Amino acid sequence: MAQENVKLLGVLGSPFVCRVQIALKLKGVEYEFVAQDLQNKSEELLKYNPIHKKVPVLVHNEKPINESLVIVEYIDEAWKGKSILPTDPYQRALARFWAKFIDDKVFGAAWKSIFTIDENEREKNVKEAQKAFQFLEDELKGKFFGGEKFGFVDIAAVYITFWIPMLQEIAGLELLTNEKFPKLCKWNQEFLSEPTIKESLPPRDPIFAFFKGLYEKIRASAK
Amino acid sequence: MADEVTLLDFWPSPFGMRVRIALAEKGIKYEYKDEDLRNKSPLLLKMNPVHKKIPVLVHNGKPICESLIAVQYIDEVWSDRSPLLPSDPYQRAQARFWADFVDKKIYDAGRKVWTTKGEEQEAGKKEFLDALKLLEEQLGDKPYFGGDNIGYVDVSLVPFYSWFKAYETFGNINIEKECPKFIAWAKRCLQKESVSKSLPDQNKVFDFIVEMRKKFGLE
Repeated sequence: MAQENVKLLGVLGSPFVCRVQIALKLKGVEYEFVAQDLQNKSEELLKYNPIHKKVPVLVHNEKPINESLVIVEYIDEAWKGKSILPTDPYQRALARFWAKFIDDKVFGAAWKSIFTIDENEREKNVKEAQKAFQFLEDELKGKFFGGEKFGFVDIAAVYITFWIPMLQEIAGLELLTNEKFPKLCKWNQEFLSEPTIKESLPPRDPIFAFFKGLYEKIRASAK
Repeated sequence: MADEVTLLDFWPSPFGMRVRIALAEKGIKYEYKDEDLRNKSPLLLKMNPVHKKIPVLVHNGKPICESLIAVQYIDEVWSDRSPLLPSDPYQRAQARFWADFVDKKIYDAGRKVWTTKGEEQEAGKKEFLDALKLLEEQLGDKPYFGGDNIGYVDVSLVPFYSWFKAYETFGNINIEKECPKFIAWAKRCLQKESVSKSLPDQNKVFDFIVEMRKKFGLE
């Protein structure tokens, strides 16, 4: 068996990188985290992700894999152990659908709800984000999106667990409330208390400080 | 046990074409339903309540939405013939990456080419041709992205070829001149029945785009 060499090029504080960290932890894969400076991209990053020049990049025995959800599926297939995706083709299709939904409908709207200065634009994005949350609220039937154990969709949704509560606190915005989305908020708590997740999340304080700084900078430049 | 397979689609949609090709490659009999997107059927709204879009693959009453998800589903259910994704995990990851690249780059850039003018259109043209060139590089000397036979990336990409007359006319570009390898690959794909029967004629798509441009007030 060849010596496994696993590197993750990433930044602390990226929800996309976090997805990969959760998957690696779940499979018990040992890896080297290579922190990147996105303002001054390393030769290694440009070599391994010449197309998008983004993180995360998983490098397995010198071979790069890019795009967080592609990486998570790769991890599920390359290493034995706990399954991330279901085995049934229809359930797999549903898992991929909801993970893509989170990518397409949650990230952009949530980010713009927090960081857009223009009142009307912000309102529009708040509505869109909450519409997306409603779909997820309705979809949540068990303890996790994956059922009794967390899976692909839960991992894809980690942004909602850690980042969204933080960002809405910074902006003083009520985006994800217990009143409107009780199941999703309960899921947040359950997911956050899973040891694998707790151990994969970045430390809260420096990330909070980073986004607060960004928020204040954007508001200041608008004046 | 008889499988009931239905495809809710719209004939010029490159996303719908992907699913048609996959079904044809696997030799699956299915019912094709063309939707009027200005007047969506109750069935479509029931099968895709989240996005209300085509294509939707319905297998024994259960809907699968999003074209690439449907293609992967078809590959996994009918896994005994014409594999679309490779068996090696790393190769599979590469195929997924490039299909995702097609999704991110080709449709949006192509759309700018036939719906915009001036600087925005120039930017769209550059993005579009740059993406095709990157794909040509990725193809290399292989006959298909899938190797000796068409695979996941070929299926995700070749449908856009049916829109090329529209892109070339409204963008004033000569794709064959800029990306000859790409055109050669597309024509090679069209020699396969699963592809030729799934793609509409470029002229028919062109006429459709002319109508769309009138509706958008672009003429």
